[in-house]
Amino acid sequence: MTADLLNDIFLVTAALFVVLAIMMFYRAVAGPTTQDRLLAVNVLGTNTVVILALLAAGLGEPWFLDIALIYALLNFLMAIAISKFTVERGGVL
Amino acid sequence: MIEQLRFWGIVVLLVFGLFFTFVSAVGVIRLPDIYARAHTASQTDTLGAGLALAAVALALGWDSMTIYAVLLLFFVFITNPTAAHAIARSAAESGIVPLTDETEVDVEPDPSTPDEGES
Repeated sequence: MTADLLNDIFLVTAALFVVLAIMMFYRAVAGPTTQDRLLAVNVLGTNTVVILALLAAGLGEPWFLDIALIYALLNFLMAIAISKFTVERGGVL
Repeated sequence: MIEQLRFWGIVVLLVFGLFFTFVSAVGVIRLPDIYARAHTASQTDTLGAGLALAAVALALGWDSMTIYAVLLLFFVFITNPTAAHAIARSAAESGIVPLTDETEVDVEPDPSTPDEGES
């Protein structure tokens, strides 16, 4: 009974994290500078990683954590690459 | 007894993670300029993601997949402030003026009418 309740708690928390991630779209659309949009997309990606981990625990499918790890790597790479590209066209990029 | 303790530990970690992520979302939407937003994104979002991932690691128990969750936790803890720092630095190097008391009021962008033409 406790395990079922725990799975439901994880799924409800994942749903609330989805709502918080959708709130980030406001800043991604309305942000006046490029860096504002980049920051909003970065926070959204972090929320996506957390949602994937919560779904891995809530649905009992632990291989979702692999996808979450790859998403975290790509999210970090995206933030670094775009913020480098916005300064002096990124030099070598 | 120990199961009960683990259950409440998971619930408390999830509630705190949700709270800090909510603070981060409100900060990114409401704060006035890019540097303040980068500050709230690097602090509260890292803490919220870390607490939620700690809850996942606690729920998985002694499993081989727990290593993935802990690795993900450390990775998010290291890379999220680094990314926010890189974003704030690129904002500084592309000449965005921080919003201080000396700054003129019209530097602050009006959120009701976002105008992408001028910046």
